[in-house]
Amino acid sequence: MSFPTRSDAPVIAIDAVTVRYRVPRDPALTLKEYAIRRLTRRVSFREIDALDSVSVTVGEGEALAVIGPNGAGKTTLLRLVARVLTPTSGRVRVRGRVAPILDLVGGFHPELTGRENVYLNGTLLGLTRREIDSRLTGIVAFAELDGFIDAPVRMYSSGMVARLGFAIASDVDPDVLVIDEALGVGDERFQVKCAERLDRFRERGVTLVLVSHDMHSVRRLCTRALWIDRGHTQALGATGDVVDAYLAAQRTRR
Amino acid sequence: MSAVASPPPVTYDYDSAERGSPARRELVELIRYRDLLRQLVSRNIKVRYKRSILGVAWSVLSPLLTMVVLSLVFAALFRTTVPDYPLYLFPGLLAWSFFAQTTSIMAVDLIGGADFWKRIYVPRTAFGIASALTGLVHLGLALVPVAGLLVFYHRMPGWSLLTLPLAAANLAMFTIGVGFVVSALARYFPDVIDLYQVVLTAWLYFTPVIYPASIIGERYRRLFAVNPVSLLVDGIRAPLYDGVMSRSIGVATVVALATLATGWWVFTRSADELPYKV
Repeated sequence: MSFPTRSDAPVIAIDAVTVRYRVPRDPALTLKEYAIRRLTRRVSFREIDALDSVSVTVGEGEALAVIGPNGAGKTTLLRLVARVLTPTSGRVRVRGRVAPILDLVGGFHPELTGRENVYLNGTLLGLTRREIDSRLTGIVAFAELDGFIDAPVRMYSSGMVARLGFAIASDVDPDVLVIDEALGVGDERFQVKCAERLDRFRERGVTLVLVSHDMHSVRRLCTRALWIDRGHTQALGATGDVVDAYLAAQRTRR
Repeated sequence: MSAVASPPPVTYDYDSAERGSPARRELVELIRYRDLLRQLVSRNIKVRYKRSILGVAWSVLSPLLTMVVLSLVFAALFRTTVPDYPLYLFPGLLAWSFFAQTTSIMAVDLIGGADFWKRIYVPRTAFGIASALTGLVHLGLALVPVAGLLVFYHRMPGWSLLTLPLAAANLAMFTIGVGFVVSALARYFPDVIDLYQVVLTAWLYFTPVIYPASIIGERYRRLFAVNPVSLLVDGIRAPLYDGVMSRSIGVATVVALATLATGWWVFTRSADELPYKV
C-alpha cells in the first residue's frame, strides 16, 4: 500500500469552468452615456461564454494540447492556467510556477536596450534581479545576440526580438509551461533550437499546455489533447484520436 | 480498508476558489514582485529622457521654468501678502503637480500595462505604485532648486526640515489612494480620465497653492478646511517657506493612511474583473 504521492495528484485541475464575458451592445460606452442609460434602464449586455463548463486535469510531466478553430476559447483556457483570468464559475487549481511562452514581443520597450528589456521582462515573469543576473549570459547566448545586447531594441530585426522573447520566457525554470502559438519564432534553425529546448523541458518532467494550429507539433509534443469549439468540449483523450477527429470535422465542414 | 489513512492533502499554489482578502493577497504578491517595481520605475525614468539632450535635468528645469512664469504673473498680485513669493509658490506647486500628474498617470499606466497583465500574471497594483514612485523621484529632483531659493532669500531652514520625508510620504500615500480609485473607475468608463482633468483644474483653484490661505474669506474657511490636499501641500511647504513644521501634519498622516487603505481596497477588490473589461 503506497500513499498517493504529490505526483499522483494533477498539477492543473480545471473543474467545470465557465468564463462569461458581458459585452455591452454598444462597445464604446462612456460614463455619461452609461449614467443616462442606466437611469432609463437601457443598458443591455450580450453574454458570451468563452468557455462553458470545461473540465480537464493535467498530471505532472504530462503534455496537453488544446486545439480548436479560432475563437474556440483556447487562449482563454491558457489565461486561466496563467492566473490572468479568474473564472466566472468553476474552479482552477495549479501547483508550481507557471511560465507562459507567449509572443511577448509587445512587452519589449523599443527605446530600452536588449539588456534592460531582459531585466524588465524577467521581473515581469516573476524572477528576481539576482536570478536574472545569473541567467543573463545564457539568455543572450541562446538568443544569439552577443554584441547587440546593449543596443536599443528598436534597432533589432523582428527575428531578433522574437528570439530574445523566447530565450527569456523559456529560461525561468517553470513547473508548468504554457505555450500559445509561439513555436513559429525565428528562422528554421532557431525553431529547431526551440524544439530541442522544449524536449529538454519534457524530459525534466515539466508539465506542458500547448495551444497550436500546427498539428504536427501537437502530435510530436503532446500525449493528450482537448478539442474545444465555441467554449464547449468536443473531445478529450489521446492526441492521435482527438486530432484525427478534429481534422475529419474540419474537412466535412468545408 | 478503513485502516488506510487518507492521503496527505495536496496543496495548490494557485486556487481560483480561494476566498481570502484580495487586498492582503495583492500586498503579499507585490512584495514578492518588488524587483519588478524597480524595473518599472527605472524604465519610466529612462524612457522619458531617452531622446533628450538634457536628460534628467528636465526634471529639475521644467518645474523651475513653470515656477518662474507663474511667479512673474502672480508676484505683483501677492507682493504685500506673501513675502518672497517664489519660495512660497514653488514647494506647493511641486507637491500639487506630483499629486495631479501621478493620479492621472496611474490610470493610464494601468491600461497601458494591459499588454503584460492580459498575458501573464503580474500584481496589477505594480503599475500604479511604479508610476507613483517615479513621480517621487521627479519630485525629489525638482526640490533641489528650492535650496537655491532659500539661499537667495537668506532663509535658514530649521529642524522642521526633518519632517519633510514624512510630509512626502503622506503626499505619496494620499496620491496613490486617489490614483487607485480613479484607476478603478477608469477601467469601466474610459472618459473618467478626461473628466478627472476637469476635476483637477477645479481642485487646484480650491487649494492654496498659487494664492495664500490668508486671502480666503472667513465665510469660506470651513469649506476649504475639508480639502485634504491643502494639508498635504502645507506639509511640504511649511518647513521650507515658514521654517516650521506643518501644524496639521498629524491629521495629514491619518488622512493619507485612510485614503491609501480605501484606494487599495477598492482597486484590489475589483482587480480580478480587469481582464474582462480592458
